[in-house]
Amino acid sequence: MMAVREEARWWLVSLPVRIATLLVAFLAVVGGAVFILIHYLLGGPPVENFTAGVRPDTGAQVSVVMQEDPQNTVSTRPDWVSYFIKSPTTGAWVHTTLFTVPAGSRVNMTILGYDGCTPLRNPYWGRVTGTIGNVIRVNGKPTSLINSWSGCNVGHTFSIPALNVNVPMASPGLTATLCGTSPCTSGPHKVVTFSFMTPRHSGDYIWQCRVPCGGGFLDGFGGPMQTIGFMTGSMQVVA
Amino acid sequence: MSAAADAAPPPAAPAAPAGPNHGLRIFLLWLPLAVIADLVIWIVWGPHLPPGTMSSSAANQQFDIKVMAVLAAPVMIFVLTYFGYALIVWRQRDGDTEDGPALHGNSRVQASWITITSVIVLFLAVFGTVELKIANGAGAGEGPSPIWKPGGAPLQVQVIGQQWKFTYRYPQFGGFETTQLVLPEGQWVAFHVTSLDVIHSFWAYQLGVKADANPGVDNVAYTKPEHTGGFVVRCSELCGLWHGAMFDYGRVVSMSAFRTWAASTRVQLAAVTRILPPYATTYDPTVVPQINKAMAKAGIGGANGYYYPPQDPVQP
Repeated sequence: MMAVREEARWWLVSLPVRIATLLVAFLAVVGGAVFILIHYLLGGPPVENFTAGVRPDTGAQVSVVMQEDPQNTVSTRPDWVSYFIKSPTTGAWVHTTLFTVPAGSRVNMTILGYDGCTPLRNPYWGRVTGTIGNVIRVNGKPTSLINSWSGCNVGHTFSIPALNVNVPMASPGLTATLCGTSPCTSGPHKVVTFSFMTPRHSGDYIWQCRVPCGGGFLDGFGGPMQTIGFMTGSMQVVA
Repeated sequence: MSAAADAAPPPAAPAAPAGPNHGLRIFLLWLPLAVIADLVIWIVWGPHLPPGTMSSSAANQQFDIKVMAVLAAPVMIFVLTYFGYALIVWRQRDGDTEDGPALHGNSRVQASWITITSVIVLFLAVFGTVELKIANGAGAGEGPSPIWKPGGAPLQVQVIGQQWKFTYRYPQFGGFETTQLVLPEGQWVAFHVTSLDVIHSFWAYQLGVKADANPGVDNVAYTKPEHTGGFVVRCSELCGLWHGAMFDYGRVVSMSAFRTWAASTRVQLAAVTRILPPYATTYDPTVVPQINKAMAKAGIGGANGYYYPPQDPVQP
């Protein structure tokens, strides 16, 4: 008798109400899926394009300017260290680590190191590799090796593992008062310049920092170290 | 009718015709199929089974997979043969609405099944253990104190996992560290696998070597490269954002080519070798005296410019 009564109560809900409920539930599920798709899978920092007006595979040169900051006050994670890229079209600093360069070209990099020092976990990465001449210039001075364990002189690295590019980023002195607002426009910093050749074929090349600089995360390996737009990104080579 | 005739027993009912010997039929179907399958596995398929024969451990693993396949194939074919036979011979005919005969236990079949499978499983347990021993661990990480190790003096190669790249140290050549993994042909190699950060896993596929890379642990694995050529190294432990990009390529070269490479690389990397910590089976960068000294001198104790200890704070 109870079962019959329950069944009867269920059928008291009118057909329009049931259809509306189904529709709402369906839309909620679809909306959630679309949100996840857009927010997490398709969303992300913008891509700065350095290929405009450059013919690939001609040995042409492009200049990429970046900076690494002790914080990222223009994001929802203001306490995370971060790279910025200078837009080739507007000249503004953009919160991104994604950029596009032409294949078979020479990339002239300039990176402004505003962040303080953190020694490399493996001092092997103090060695410059993969750049033209296996050398970088720190404030104009040629350098091929920085010993980050002898003093606190390395902030981060710029490394493209697939191209064997590894550049230790020099940092301002230990006692320097670091820039407090991102992107930094003033304050103590080191200027690191170097060049490397891009492959002659298309491809995505990830780049990363090798210093465990994710403050507030286990051993410094989380947060900005694992998030595109902060301390890692991708260089897309276009043929 | 006489009394004698009355006392005579009734004539015996004609014996039911003997049914086919299903067991024999199934056996005769199974036997040639099993023999053919095993021959194909051993002769045709076997030489192409992973991971190949580039090293002693790879060849050992290929042999083990062949043995297991040869043992498994007859069992699988028996099941399929029985299944097919039952579908065809014991299927329900048109118009047949009767129940089949009642099922009763068959102790002979049950005992045979248990005996055969037990023998196979126990054989594999013994076989696997023996194979691990004679192959000096068969390319697997044996931990810091391996119980199965080759004689002589293997080439020592330290594998250091770090997000997201393996580097390799050669302590017998001045302790230089490089991103290239080069090994000599015909020489036992002892891999000392460790990590500087999270858990990785060193997997040299064609060499048949796979060993976890744990921070603070020296995981030792042995192999002897038998042929020159290239091999792939991959991280086989999900280790972060770019885990999928954590791979490179190693080379097996002749002994003379290896010596030449090691000597030249040692010279080429002399400057960076001088700033590396002394060779050790594991490394803990958070207690490097130079770093602590520099930090103390600068009075740094906060978040900037020092190593974050594991408890600072625990990842949310």
